[in-house]
Amino acid sequence: MFDFLNNPDYDLVGAFWTTIQLTFWSAIGSLIWGTLLAGMRVSPVPLMRAFGTTYVNIFRNTPLTVVILFTSLGLSSTLGIQLASSSSPTSLADNSFRLAILGFIVYTSTFVCESLRAGINTVPVGQAEAARALGLSFTQVLRLIVLPQAFRSVIAPLANVLIALLKNTTVAAVIGVGEAALLMSTMIENESDSLFLVFALFAVIFAALVLPLGLLLGWVAKKVEVKR
Amino acid sequence: MTAATPPMIKAAGVNKFFGELHVLKDINLEVPRGQVVVVLGPSGSGKSTLCRAINRLEPINSGEIAVDGKPLPAEGKALAALRADVGMVFQSFNLFAHKSIVDNVMLAPQKVRKVPAAEARKTAMELLERVGITNQADKYPAQLSGGQQQRAAIARALAMKPKVMLFDEPTSALDPEMVQEVLDTMTGLAKDGMTMLVVTHEMGFARRAAHRVVFMSDGEIVEDAKPDEFFTEPKSDRAKDFLGKILTH
Repeated sequence: MFDFLNNPDYDLVGAFWTTIQLTFWSAIGSLIWGTLLAGMRVSPVPLMRAFGTTYVNIFRNTPLTVVILFTSLGLSSTLGIQLASSSSPTSLADNSFRLAILGFIVYTSTFVCESLRAGINTVPVGQAEAARALGLSFTQVLRLIVLPQAFRSVIAPLANVLIALLKNTTVAAVIGVGEAALLMSTMIENESDSLFLVFALFAVIFAALVLPLGLLLGWVAKKVEVKR
Repeated sequence: MTAATPPMIKAAGVNKFFGELHVLKDINLEVPRGQVVVVLGPSGSGKSTLCRAINRLEPINSGEIAVDGKPLPAEGKALAALRADVGMVFQSFNLFAHKSIVDNVMLAPQKVRKVPAAEARKTAMELLERVGITNQADKYPAQLSGGQQQRAAIARALAMKPKVMLFDEPTSALDPEMVQEVLDTMTGLAKDGMTMLVVTHEMGFARRAAHRVVFMSDGEIVEDAKPDEFFTEPKSDRAKDFLGKILTH
C-alpha cells in the first residue's frame, strides 16, 4: 500500500526534519522578539509603546503567506538581500530556509507578545510596586519580577502559539523550502492513485509531532504555576 | 539632634487629587530622625495616599516632599536610588510570589546594592532570625501564614538598610491572632531607633510605640500630638468622634 515511499526521491524524514528545524529556530526567535515587543508595549516611554502597538497590529493582521512571499520576492529577489553566501553550493536552499524563518519570526512574535501581555496583566500590581519600592529600575522590575510570573501563567497559550507555528511552517513551501508540505505536493502530483494515503500520512505525522508537544507543555504549565 | 540636620521626612504644602476628589489637602508634616509617627484616621481620610506619596508610588499634584533633605526626583534612576533608602511594608505583603522567602529578602541587596550572593544570604538569614521565621526561609510566600508573610516583608525592607520605614496598614489584612506578632516586630524596630511612619488602626501600638500621633480626616491633618494627649484629650470634634467609635467597642 505504501510502496510509493520506496521511491528514493521522497525523503520523508529529511522533509520533516526541515519542518522541525524551521519550527525550532522560528520559535526561539519569536520568543525573544515577542518578549521584547511585550516589554515595549508596557513601557513608560510613549515612543516604544507606539512602536510595539503599530508593529503588532500590522503583522498580526497580515496573512502569513503574504509575509513569507514578501521575504522571498520582496526582500530577496527585489531588494537583493541574501541570507546565505552565494558561493556556497546550497546557497539557494539556505537562503529560502533563512528567509522563511525570518518571516515566521516577524509574524509569530506578535502572538507571543500578545499572550505575554495578557500574562503581565495577571500579575498583581502590588508585585511591581513592591519591587519599585525596593529601588529596582523599570527593566529590573520587568525582568526579575513581572515577566517570570507572566511567563508561568501563559505557558498554555504559548503552547498554542507553538503548535500553530509548527503547522504554519507548511507555508514555507510557497517559497520552495524543502519541508513536509513541499514534499506532499510533489507526492500528490506523482502518486495520484494514492491521494488519500498521502494526505493521511502527512496528517498523522503532523499529529504525532504536535500531540506530545501539547502534552509536555501542559505538564510544564502545571509544574511551574505560581501559587498565590 | 542639631538644627542643621534635615528632618527624615518633610512634606510641605502637599496636594493630591484623584480626578475631582481632593485626597490630600495642603499637608505639612515633618518626621525627625528616629521618631515613630503613627497616622490614624477613618478610611478614605488620605492616610495611605500620604504614606505612598512619600516614596512617590503616588505622584502628588503640588507641594514638595523631601526625604533626608533631598526632594523627591522624577521617575528614573535618582528616584530608584532614593526608594532603595526608604523601606516600605504593604497591607497585602506583596512578597514576590515566584521566589522563596530568603530569595525575596536577598533580591534587592543583590540587584540594587550589588552585594555578593553569599553576603546577601547571610544578612537575609540574620534578618529572618530577627523577625523569627528562619525555619520558613526556603518556602514560598503562599505556604506561609499572613503574619509570617508580613514579617518576611519587613525583613525584605530591612535588608536594604533603609533610613526610614513606611508601613501602609501592615496589619489590616491579617487574622486577629496574627496581628500581635507583626506589631511586636515593629515595636522592636521602633526601640532600635528606626524612623518610622506607620499608617494603622492599631491603637495599642500607637499608645505603646509611637512618639507622635497624626490624625487625618478628609485629606487634612487635623491633630498632631503626643499619643497620651491624643487619646486622653483630643482637641477636635472629628478626633473625638473617631475615638468614640473605635474605643467603645
